[in-house]
Amino acid sequence: MTDPFETVIEETTGRAKVSTRPRATFFKAVSAVVWKDLQAEFRSRELFSAMLVFSLLIILIFNFALELDIKTRQSVTAGVLWATFAFAGTLGLNRSMAIEKDRGCMDGLLLAPVDRSAIYFGKVISNLAFMLIVELIVLPVYSVLYNTNLFQPGLLLVILLGSIGYVGVGTLLSAMAVQTRTRDILLPILLFPVVIPVLLAAVKASSGFLTGADISEVMLPINLLIAYDIIFIAVAFMVFDSVVEE
Amino acid sequence: MESKPLTLKILDVVAILVLIAATYMALNAPTERVMGEVQKVFYFHIGTAWTALLGFILAGLFSVVYLVTKDLKWDRYQVAAIEVSLVFFLITIVLGSIWARPAWNTWWTWDPRLTTAAVTELIYVAYFMLRQGIDDPDRRARFGAVYALVGGLSAPITFFAIRLFRTIHPVVIGGSNAEAEGGFSMSADMRTAFFFALFAFTIIFIDLFWNRIRLGDLQDKVEQLKLKVTM
Amino acid sequence: MITVKKLVKRFGLKAILRGVDFEVQTGEFVALLGPNGAGKTTFLRILASLSRPSLGEVNVAGFRLPNEAAAVRSRLGVVSHLPLLYGDLSAEENLRFYGRMYGIPGLEGRISEVLEMVGLDHRRRDLVRTFSRGMQQRLAIGRAVLHDPDVMLFDEPYTGLDQDASSMLDEVLKTVAARGRTVVMTSHDLARAEDLATRFDILSRGVISASTTRAELQGSNLLTFYKEALAG
Repeated sequence: MTDPFETVIEETTGRAKVSTRPRATFFKAVSAVVWKDLQAEFRSRELFSAMLVFSLLIILIFNFALELDIKTRQSVTAGVLWATFAFAGTLGLNRSMAIEKDRGCMDGLLLAPVDRSAIYFGKVISNLAFMLIVELIVLPVYSVLYNTNLFQPGLLLVILLGSIGYVGVGTLLSAMAVQTRTRDILLPILLFPVVIPVLLAAVKASSGFLTGADISEVMLPINLLIAYDIIFIAVAFMVFDSVVEE
Repeated sequence: MESKPLTLKILDVVAILVLIAATYMALNAPTERVMGEVQKVFYFHIGTAWTALLGFILAGLFSVVYLVTKDLKWDRYQVAAIEVSLVFFLITIVLGSIWARPAWNTWWTWDPRLTTAAVTELIYVAYFMLRQGIDDPDRRARFGAVYALVGGLSAPITFFAIRLFRTIHPVVIGGSNAEAEGGFSMSADMRTAFFFALFAFTIIFIDLFWNRIRLGDLQDKVEQLKLKVTM
Repeated sequence: MITVKKLVKRFGLKAILRGVDFEVQTGEFVALLGPNGAGKTTFLRILASLSRPSLGEVNVAGFRLPNEAAAVRSRLGVVSHLPLLYGDLSAEENLRFYGRMYGIPGLEGRISEVLEMVGLDHRRRDLVRTFSRGMQQRLAIGRAVLHDPDVMLFDEPYTGLDQDASSMLDEVLKTVAARGRTVVMTSHDLARAEDLATRFDILSRGVISASTTRAELQGSNLLTFYKEALAG
C-alpha cells in the first residue's frame, strides 16, 4: 500500500520525529469555501432569487407607500435603495448560515485543519458576492422604473464599501443567530442597530454622488465607511473563533 | 446564605439620601431665564445619561475581559452593567422628551445624543433577546460578550456619524455653540446643583450595580442547589 | 493513539462527563456503548476537537487537545449521524471541496479511489440531495477517509439505515478498519458492534463503567455483559 501523501519528516531537538501532514494554506481554504458557496448557489439559485424578488417587491412597496413627485423622489432615492439592500441582505445572510448549520456542515468546516477565520473570510466573500450581484441588478431596474441614471462610478464605490461593512458584521452576527432558538427573526434585530453608521454614511455619500455634490462633502462619509469596514472586520476576525467553537 | 454586606447596606442608605439631596438642590436651584422650571429636568437628565454611559463603557470592558479570561463572573458583571444602563438610558430618553416638549414644542428632537441613546437602548434589548435564545451558559456568555463588544464599538460611531452628517439633527442640548436652540449657560448655583446631581447618580449607579451583581450571584447559587437536589 | 485522563465536561453547572479515563492503542476498534444521555456524543465531539474539555487531559495521535487541535484534525476522520455534505453539490464536488480544505495533493486521483471504495463511482456526478440516506452515509465515510486519517470516529453511523444499506456500511467499515486505523464507534446496535469491534467500553453516568474485549467475551453475549454493566 503506497502512502498517497508525501510526508515530510522533521526532527525537532529533544523530541521524537514528527511527521507533518499537508495542510491547506489560509488562502486556499478561503477560496475553497467561496467556490463551494458560489457553486452550490449557482445550482439552486434559492438565495439569489429570494433576495432579488424581495428587493423588487420592496421597491414596489416604497413606490406606493411614498407616492412621490419627481423632485422629492430624487432626494430619497439613496434612502430607498439602502433600505432595500438592508432588508434584502438579511435573507441572504440568514440562508447562507442556515445551510451550514442544518446538515451539520459547520462541523465539517470546523473539522478541517484550517484557521477559523478562513471560514469567516470565505463566508464574507461569498455573502458579499451575492449581495453585490443583487444590487447590480436592482440598480438598472430602479433606473428604468424612475428614469434616472444610477450607474455612476461614485455610487458604485459607495455600494461596494457599504456592502462590505454590512456583510462583515452580518456574517459574524448570523453565525451567532443561527445557533439560537429564535434564529431567523433574531438576525435583523441584532444587525440593524449596529449597522446604522453604514446606512447613515452610505446614504449621505450616495445622495452626494447622485445630486452631483462637491467632492469634499462626499469624502467624509466615504472615509467613515472605510473606517467602519476596517474596524469591524478586524474585530470579527478576532472573535469569530469564540462564536463557532464550543 | 450570606446576608447583605454592611458596606452595601450603608451604600443603599447613602444612595437614597443622595437622591433626595440632589432633588432638593435641583428644585431650589435658580430658575433659568428662558425655559423656566422645566429646565430643572436637565439636572436629572444629564445625571441619568452619565450613569447610563458609565454602564455602557463598563459593559464593553467586561466583554473584552470575559473573552480573554473566560471567567463567568465577568459575564455576570456585564449583565448587571447593561441592565442598569438600559434602565437609565430609558429614563434619560423620557426626561429628554419631557424637556423637549415645552422647550421646542416637540416630543422628540433627533438630537445626536438622544438618538444614539435610543439606538443603544435597542442594542441592549437585542442583547437580551440574543441571550434568551441560548440555553448553554458558556455560549450565552460568549455570544453576549461578542455582541456587547460589537454594539459598544458601533454606538459611538453612530453618535459621530449623526453629528457629522445629518443637518436636520442640530446639536441642541448644551452644545458649545451658545446659539444652538435650547443652549444655556449656568450660574454658579446651578453648577453646584449640576455637579452634585452627577455625583449623586454615580453613587446610585454603584449601588444598583453592586446589588444587581449580588442578585446574579444568588441566582447562580440557587441553580447550583437545585442541581444538587435533583441528583 | 488516544489517551484520555480524568476528562470532565460541564455545560454550565451540569457535568455530563465526570472523570473519564480512556485509552486506545493503534489499530484497535473500540465500540463505545451506553444508554441515551450517557454522554457518548459529547465524548466523541471532544475527541474530534469540536468541543473543549472542562478539565482533564486528552491526547489524540500524539497531540494534545485543545491546544494542538489543528495537528489532530489533519489526522482525524469523523462520521456523525448528520451527513456533513452539501446537497446542492455532486458527490465528487463535495469530495473536491473537502479535499481542498485538507490540502490533499493528487486530489482528483484520490477522489476516484475513494468513490470506488464506497461504491459510489457510478453516481459521482449526481447531486447529493438525490442520494438515499444509505448512499449519503457511504459518501460521508468517503469524505472522512479522503485525507487518510490515522484515527476514525463514528457517531451512531447506522442511524436511519435500512437492512441493505447497513450491510453495505458494514463492508465499508471493515475495509476502512482493515487499513490499520484506530477506530472509535458509538452505537446502539449491539449486534453490529459485536461483529465489528475488538473492544467494548460502556459509558454510563459520565464515566467508563466497564470494558471488555472480544477475546474476553469468548462467544458469550455482549448483550448480557451490557445489561450487567448497567445494572451494577
